[in-house]
Amino acid sequence: MLPEGVARQRMILARVIGNVVATQKNERYANARVMLCQPVSLEGEEIGATIIALDSVDSGVGDTVLIVQEGWGASTAATKEPGAAIDSAIVGVVDYIDLLAAEDKGVRS
Amino acid sequence: MQLARVIGTVVATVKNDSLEGRKLLVVQSLNARLEPQGAPLVALDAIGAGTGDLVMWCRGKEASFPFRREDTPTDCTIIAIVDSEAHVTGRGR
Repeated sequence: MLPEGVARQRMILARVIGNVVATQKNERYANARVMLCQPVSLEGEEIGATIIALDSVDSGVGDTVLIVQEGWGASTAATKEPGAAIDSAIVGVVDYIDLLAAEDKGVRS
Repeated sequence: MQLARVIGTVVATVKNDSLEGRKLLVVQSLNARLEPQGAPLVALDAIGAGTGDLVMWCRGKEASFPFRREDTPTDCTIIAIVDSEAHVTGRGR
C-alpha cells in the first residue's frame, strides 16, 4: 500500500524544489540527477507528498515539470534502457498550461 | 521514489524463500524539510542501509529489479543511501 499522499497517476505535474546526492546507490543510478519534486495541481498549488524523480531533460529548481510514474517509461527516459529500479522520471519541462476559464470547465467533460 | 528515514527493522523467520538473507527495514517517508509524511512502510533493502540512515525507496514492480526480479516479492525497495542531510537541497523553501 502506498503512503498517504503519494500520487497514483501515471503522469503528473510537479515543481522541482531541490536535489539529492547519494554516493551509495543502485548501479543503474550512476550519473543520474536525482531531483526532489513537489506535485502541483493544474493551477500550481502544491498537492500530495514530496517525491523523488530522475531527471532526463536538464530541468532545474523552480521548473514545473512533467513526471512519468511508470517503470518502463521512467527507466528508459532516465537511463536509456528499461529494467532499472526507477519508478519516476522527469520527461518534460512545462512552458505553460492553457486552461479554460473556471466558468467554462466541464463543458466538454 | 521518495526520501525516507530508516526507523527500524523487521525480523521474519518464516518468509518466502527468495527473501532469505534479505533485510526488511521500516522506513518513514519524509518531505523536503525532512519532516515525516504519510505512514511508515516496510521496505526490502538492496543497498546495505541501516537504522537511522536517510535513504531513497522505489515502489511498484520496479522495486524487484535489483534482485531476481521474477521471484522476489517486494513492492518497496531501498535503492540509495543519501550522503547526509546536507545533501538534500531545497529544505528551507
